[in-house]
Amino acid sequence: MMKINTPKKKRVLRELEKRAPKLVETGKKTLILQGLKTSNVLNSVLKEIYHLKRDSAVRYTRKNDNIRPFESGGETSLEFFSQKTDCSIFVYGNTSKKRPDNIIIGRTYDHQIYDLVEVGVENFKPMESFKYDKKLAPQVGSKPFITFAGEGFESIDELKHLKEVLLDLFRGEVVESLSLVGLDRVYVITAVSSDRVFLTHCAVRLKKSGSVVPRIELVEVGPSMDLVVRRHRLPNESLRKEAMRISTDGLKKKIKNVVGDSIQGKVGKIYMPDQKVSSSGILDRVVTYCQVLNTKLFW
Amino acid sequence: MEAENQMQVDLGHLLAFDPYHHFPSPPKSREELVTQCLSEGTKLVQAVVDGLFNLTSTEALEGPLVKLPKPTTRLPREKHLPRPKPPTKWELFAKSKGIQKRKKNKVLWDEQTDSWKRSYGYDRVNDDADVPIIEAKMTDEPGGDPFAKRKEEKKKRVEKTEKNRLQNLKQAAKIGALPSHVQLAATALPITGTQAPPKKITKDELGSVAGLAATATASGGKFDKKVAGEKPVKHQGKHRKFLPAAEGSGMGNREKEQTDKVLNKLMAKNSHEILNVGKAVSMYNVKKQRDGRNQKGRSSFDSSSKLKPNGKPMKGDKKSPYQKSRKGGSHGGGSKKGKAE
Repeated sequence: MMKINTPKKKRVLRELEKRAPKLVETGKKTLILQGLKTSNVLNSVLKEIYHLKRDSAVRYTRKNDNIRPFESGGETSLEFFSQKTDCSIFVYGNTSKKRPDNIIIGRTYDHQIYDLVEVGVENFKPMESFKYDKKLAPQVGSKPFITFAGEGFESIDELKHLKEVLLDLFRGEVVESLSLVGLDRVYVITAVSSDRVFLTHCAVRLKKSGSVVPRIELVEVGPSMDLVVRRHRLPNESLRKEAMRISTDGLKKKIKNVVGDSIQGKVGKIYMPDQKVSSSGILDRVVTYCQVLNTKLFW
Repeated sequence: MEAENQMQVDLGHLLAFDPYHHFPSPPKSREELVTQCLSEGTKLVQAVVDGLFNLTSTEALEGPLVKLPKPTTRLPREKHLPRPKPPTKWELFAKSKGIQKRKKNKVLWDEQTDSWKRSYGYDRVNDDADVPIIEAKMTDEPGGDPFAKRKEEKKKRVEKTEKNRLQNLKQAAKIGALPSHVQLAATALPITGTQAPPKKITKDELGSVAGLAATATASGGKFDKKVAGEKPVKHQGKHRKFLPAAEGSGMGNREKEQTDKVLNKLMAKNSHEILNVGKAVSMYNVKKQRDGRNQKGRSSFDSSSKLKPNGKPMKGDKKSPYQKSRKGGSHGGGSKKGKAE
């Protein structure tokens, strides 16, 4: 015996439709949570990441002791949270003697763990320690520039993976059109050595130059840290292939009022609004014009 | 060198990547590292901005609006692609028979009320239930209610469509293409083995089962871990009352009472007295009371027994004083029934 359950409230229906799989996906939501032990540094790192991604992130402040992403059984909690909050990227912070100031950035596909990158945070400088003109401060939710520099990102596996994950984490909403006025932030990520990456967040100043293109100036505003890659787990091939699939079905657009076949060719319908001929006074003007013409002709 | 100037710019993501950058010498201090990184970053952002501002822009309220091209770096999706709904049973049938969909109007002209009415739903045209008079046909059997029949037919039709809808949704759920706002919930467990439906356990039964389990422990379930909201175990059966070990003041009156009671019982069993004066007196008193009550309702009892078809005396009749005296007489003697317990 089965029963069909449909939501009785429109609000619930809207929420369900937001969470349904879409053809073209707009940004991913991030879940920020912590393990049993966190240090001061880690706390402020997680806090700043949450502030940077304010509208599209969920922060859990309780300690979770049963999350071990790299072990086979320790992912169930994460998958459950991902399902509950509809987040497909998570940032999990934990400190231990072996791995101090540890952050695991992971992604999920269909609420199952897709891939993981484990990095350690060193030389962390929070947002408050940077002094700059407050007018330059980037707005929350603006789309950032992301720059990667370094040969390591091309040659070393872990750094390549980290590059992809950081791009996914920082990229913000996927939009079709962008306002050029709202460009005010950039994430500068440089590969310093084979396992170390320097990440910083800067505000962008567009200065007048001779041409249409403005001159760029960067001012460091946000958190800056060194990320040391520790472990990573790539997705297995079949899952990766499925996740990277693109569909071309939905890209065809519907054209209204146009039909056609091979005999007639393309036939279109034009709908005209009602032309109020009698009330607009055109006929009176025509009559007057004819009268004037008459008089002029027979003058 | 041209190779070094090539940067990979992805305008869709506002991304710039320089794969040829390396530090010519390791930076000596942190500030040097930071400045070098920032200068590299500036170059990269400039490259992106170059590309951006050269796109065709439209004017909007805040400033120029630019249509971004599609991103070149591919990132994995977060959810699977939406699966197409499988064709429903009707759609398959229509396809096989070549039935085309016809466009229906949402409103139709109603002759009777001279207005436009819906073609389906509340207050619709040609509603089956609104007809005031149904003419009898030759095939109708007399005594049948045509209105009730119509209602039943409608009910059956509705049930059939609901069943078909459920089947269609189950088919969609099998391949994972259930629409996002629909959930299928099981209302009863599947019946396996014998066809008997599972017995519903009442609250009292559940409580008694928990109590039975508690008796298995040496302490009678007193220290068992309880679920939140579980009430303490109710002891069923005999309750024994024990006297306190040390009584406050006085001569231990309760203990005296107890021993007296026991003693009296024993003596009464083995005594040969015929008459227990106390008991006789109380029985006489009780009988007298009942007599008085019976006399008031005597007549009603008599007549009622005659009115009953079976002629059996009513229950109350058994309480005749004659019977009672018999009862009193035979047992009034020495044998004391005593408490069997």
